[in-house]
Amino acid sequence: MAVRPPSAQTPPVVTERVFPDGSRRIELAGSWNLRGLAAEFATLAPRVRTLAADRGWNWDLTRIDVLDHAGAMVLWRAWGSARAPGLVLRPEQEAIFRTLQASKDEIPPRVSREWLWPLLALGSVALSLGRNLREILTLFGQALLDFTWAVRNPARAPWRELSAAIYHTGTQALGITALVGFLIGVTLSYLSAHQLRLFGADVFIVNILGLSIIREIGPVLAAILVAGRSGSAMTAQLGVMRVTEELDAMSVMGIPHTLRLVMPKMVALAVSLPLIVLWTSALALLGGMFAARYELGIGFTFFLSELPNAVPIANLWLGLAKGVVFGLLIALVACHYGMQIEPNTESLGLGTTSSVVTSITVVILADAVFAIVFSDVGLPG
Amino acid sequence: MNAPPQPECIVEVKDLWTVFGTHVVHRGIDLCVRRGEVMSLVGGSGSGKTTMLRQMLALERPTKGEVRVFGHSLHGEDQDAVRALRNRWGVLFQEGALFSALSVYDNIALPLRELRTLDESLIRDLVMMKLEMVGIEGRHATKMPSDLSGGMIKRIGLARALSLEPELLFLDEPTAGLDPDRSESFVSLIKDLRRELNLTVVMVTHDLDTLVALSDRVAVLCDQKLEIVGTLNEVVHNPHPFICNFFQGERGRRALEAVQDVLSMT
Repeated sequence: MAVRPPSAQTPPVVTERVFPDGSRRIELAGSWNLRGLAAEFATLAPRVRTLAADRGWNWDLTRIDVLDHAGAMVLWRAWGSARAPGLVLRPEQEAIFRTLQASKDEIPPRVSREWLWPLLALGSVALSLGRNLREILTLFGQALLDFTWAVRNPARAPWRELSAAIYHTGTQALGITALVGFLIGVTLSYLSAHQLRLFGADVFIVNILGLSIIREIGPVLAAILVAGRSGSAMTAQLGVMRVTEELDAMSVMGIPHTLRLVMPKMVALAVSLPLIVLWTSALALLGGMFAARYELGIGFTFFLSELPNAVPIANLWLGLAKGVVFGLLIALVACHYGMQIEPNTESLGLGTTSSVVTSITVVILADAVFAIVFSDVGLPG
Repeated sequence: MNAPPQPECIVEVKDLWTVFGTHVVHRGIDLCVRRGEVMSLVGGSGSGKTTMLRQMLALERPTKGEVRVFGHSLHGEDQDAVRALRNRWGVLFQEGALFSALSVYDNIALPLRELRTLDESLIRDLVMMKLEMVGIEGRHATKMPSDLSGGMIKRIGLARALSLEPELLFLDEPTAGLDPDRSESFVSLIKDLRRELNLTVVMVTHDLDTLVALSDRVAVLCDQKLEIVGTLNEVVHNPHPFICNFFQGERGRRALEAVQDVLSMT
């Protein structure tokens, strides 16, 4: 029998032979390796098991072309972790079965699940909420300390990081915020125009658009876009720095993370988000103006001259203040989750998701607080 | 019982050119890795060893030339054949490249589960056997890769590379980052497994001790070409300056003296 080179693949074959003297023999042939078995495992494994259950069979493995550990394991399990009666092997097969025989029958430790798991899950959510709050507060405090230090030592403040962060979060966000702001303005104006025309109150389009965009929609829209865009980028950046041990490298050089990475990002967003808010509101008003002109025939000059009368200037300041606060919150949440990331891919994904979801939630919460606290500021009548 | 004629070379590189922009990395390289041998690729940093390994794994495409593995062209038309090939080789990456989201057990079980035909209890036995083969105790099976030391990651990476019972094994810097003791035991592990599983091995390494201990033949990449392919003895006596520096330096001499001792004893 010629020994075939190992890569020639033939299907595994089981032949039962009964000899005239009453002895019975099972002859195995073909490729008893993982590749050969994988295709026919569903039929072959039960067959081998039933044959092995009858101890009257002798087993002859010498005609097998290729036997590997997986093939041997299938037979070994069928034989009940022992050698079959009358087993005939080639020398190299002998070696494989010797390894199997020597192996301890180890069972991987089971990860048991507590039956109280709903309660435990609830508790761990509550605990992690508390822990996150405390850590965000700590991070904020540390960033505040770093900020005062930087103000006192302006020569050693991280100016380069600050300007890079303003560029990334501000300048590079102009395009997308302009597009979304403009389209929202058009939509809002178009829908309001239909309703207003029913009551013949066309001119109030200026009040509706001016007040809602400058006071609410501009800041919130800009914050949500920036949270999705820059917040996730910040978290991912810090997370990858953790994975690649860059954070540790900074620590051993004596450069504090919060001073170089967190504080500049918070300051940058506190500076750039109000400007983005201004920009988004302006573009949304522009969009609204266009739609009002074509839908209601209200001219640009009338719209622009009526705007200061309809919207008290306090609303603009309120919008900008929201921008500053939202910017701080987004950067704080993003950096917090970035620092929490552990060096594995799953944690990176989870951290980035939590960062964006949390910062958008926090922004909307803060907006509600603004609405309550400033309910009698800047509203005419 | 007529098997198709088997190619002499398990891995065959024909007139391989790699050019990045204007930078030529490989200039017409030919190489043949024979069945059952351990072929080591050596060369200085940046000489294109890892690039060549990646081309042999069909992860990168050479600028010109052909790479054939088990007689199939890797960069030709028949991509189904290449996909089938991937079940016949195992790769140990330099950093282990374990899936960080999966436990040790699931890392090794993943390629077996991907076959979609084996039952879970057989997979369990196979995984535990692979773990035992590379000398990892069963209690580590539920750990995550981030909880493991570098040496264990390499061993588990090797167990995963072996889980599909490959005929061909690629090792990228198998002992880089291990202490001398660990690297020695890792080398003897590879030696044992190679004998037991009848493997063909292609290895990229910087480490002279590993090179001396494992290789049957050595291919030296230098000045964009394969300077020499031959047994360790032939390579050592080649007068090329890089080879001289590589082997005749202080470290090289020490490693080689150890071999000479062994050779003179036999």
